[in-house]
Amino acid sequence: MATALPLDLARPRRTGAAGILLLLALAYGLVPLLGTGYLFEAILTPFLALALAGLGLNLLTGYAGLLSLGSAAFMAVGAYAAFNLSLRLPGLPLPATILLAGLVAAAVGAVAGLPALRLRGFYLAVSTLAVQFFVAWALNRIGWLSNDSPSGIVAAPRLEVAGLSFDDARGRYLFSLTVVAVLTFLAWRLVRSPTGRNLVAIRDHETAARIVGVKVARTKLLAFALSSFIVGIAGVLWAFAYLRTVEPAGFNLDRSFQILFIVIIGGLGTLRGAFLGAGFIVVLPLVLSRLGAAALGDGFDSGTLEMVQRIVLGALIVAVLIREPAGLAALLDRALNHALRRVRPRS
Amino acid sequence: MSPDLAFLVEVVVGGLLSGVMYALVAIGFVLIYKTSGVLNFAQGAMVLFAALTFVSLVERGLPFPAALAATLAVMVVVGLTIERTVLRPLVNQPPITLFMATLGVAYVIEGAAQLAWGTQVHALDLGIDDTPFDVAGVLVSRFDLFAAALAGLMVAGLTLFFRFTRTGLAFRAVADDPLAALNAGLRLPRIWSAVWIASGLVALVAGLLWGARLGVQFSLSLVVLKALPVLVLGGFDSIAGAIVAGLIVGAAEKLAEVYLGPFIGGGIEGWIAYVAALAFLLVKPSGLFGLRSVERV
Repeated sequence: MATALPLDLARPRRTGAAGILLLLALAYGLVPLLGTGYLFEAILTPFLALALAGLGLNLLTGYAGLLSLGSAAFMAVGAYAAFNLSLRLPGLPLPATILLAGLVAAAVGAVAGLPALRLRGFYLAVSTLAVQFFVAWALNRIGWLSNDSPSGIVAAPRLEVAGLSFDDARGRYLFSLTVVAVLTFLAWRLVRSPTGRNLVAIRDHETAARIVGVKVARTKLLAFALSSFIVGIAGVLWAFAYLRTVEPAGFNLDRSFQILFIVIIGGLGTLRGAFLGAGFIVVLPLVLSRLGAAALGDGFDSGTLEMVQRIVLGALIVAVLIREPAGLAALLDRALNHALRRVRPRS
Repeated sequence: MSPDLAFLVEVVVGGLLSGVMYALVAIGFVLIYKTSGVLNFAQGAMVLFAALTFVSLVERGLPFPAALAATLAVMVVVGLTIERTVLRPLVNQPPITLFMATLGVAYVIEGAAQLAWGTQVHALDLGIDDTPFDVAGVLVSRFDLFAAALAGLMVAGLTLFFRFTRTGLAFRAVADDPLAALNAGLRLPRIWSAVWIASGLVALVAGLLWGARLGVQFSLSLVVLKALPVLVLGGFDSIAGAIVAGLIVGAAEKLAEVYLGPFIGGGIEGWIAYVAALAFLLVKPSGLFGLRSVERV
């Protein structure tokens, strides 16, 4: 199965690094100074959690070419694992809890990836759906996982690291930002490593990859585990930093599709795509509701908004796949290159 | 018959009949997959759209046949539009890209259907009473029998069509090898259009039956999730497989719910079909009747 996805190599290295440093400086320096509670709570924190989930799914779907429709299940596994760890091991520091929760999600991911050794394509995608439904069922049925809360909804613990509290809106943003920055750096190292190359080789031609010596079975399981690790931690951020409750309803099939859409719109097989896609998905409903209210006045209720949002999102998916299969990331690159050429014309 | 046995038979029969309903949806998938290699996730949305359009027209006072004809026309237009605007520009893209495009289409159709016709639940009465009647001590729903008969008729019709008409032959040729079919002078675009129209019609039939059963509402588009394990089990490219797998999944689901449910907790019908289908796949990766694929470099 040949894909037309880019390998993400042809980028000016130095401008990239400078850009990332600039972004980090803005995110750590300027945004916390200027941002309002609304910006942190309703936009930036969910954006960071979703971007991280998109990043994790992109490792699996964008790089290794294994389609997963069960991302929300891995988010749920991460969130509930972190909740149980902090409940049952109260002395554990938060970073260790998050790390262990990620490892639990990775283990579940590796098990969920087992069918990938026998199945491919749609058959595999359907098998990830099985994970989605099974996890949702287990969280509802097994009371121990939600500490026997009758609704399955439990409050998340406070965000505290080494005596520092991250419990206000700005703190939760900074906490998420740090987790996302660290994991993004690790993912960046990963996709440039031989393992990352193996993932792409399997995506582009599995049989050929096997012939040149890539250990296909092991690499596929690894892809599932690594992806679920990141997606699981995204689930922790979603529950602990954004919602501040852990509940199964937020991790349904629609969330899985949302994360897949983030990856498609942002750009399959690129790391920055997850951030562009997540930004888009978070901002889209806000923009639509403003536009709708301006155009229709009071006739634009939340039900209509949801439908319009569905239509716009679906149409965008189709449009992106047809016009720009490499997503917003490719669009941004072209715009940047164009702008740079204008600033520094080639002699 | 002992009461226990009669109960078992009743459970199995009920399962088989609901399996027919799954198969109805699955056939729509198979039609498209067979001829264009697209797993059309929007099939469920098309089922919803067909049922919602029909029921809204009836509620606005259109007589039954007129509403049916109008819905048929709408489904033809929908099928054609999807083929023209979404699938044709994506010709030769990898199957996963096509699948994701149909996911987008599903969102558009679901949103549009509810924006146009509202989100409330509509009752749909096809004029078939749902009274159970007694066959040798086993209660069978009249409605389910009607659905089964309709599904049987549809499968028979499709089989005859595929076997004995020129267009059917062309469908099979395209399914076998699109490039060779193109070489032999078949017009691929025309055939793809025909297939999408056909799947629109199958969606209409499934939508009416499912709508009468569950009420016409958003959850109708989730029947796609019921159809997927059936597809996996039967193979994505076999109509006979869809029927047989539908029956198996229906019966297995009911049996598991009744006999396994009390031990591991209720609500397992959400995933038990998937697990059963996967367990089977691990033994035979191309499904019951699916074609075996050969890898080449």
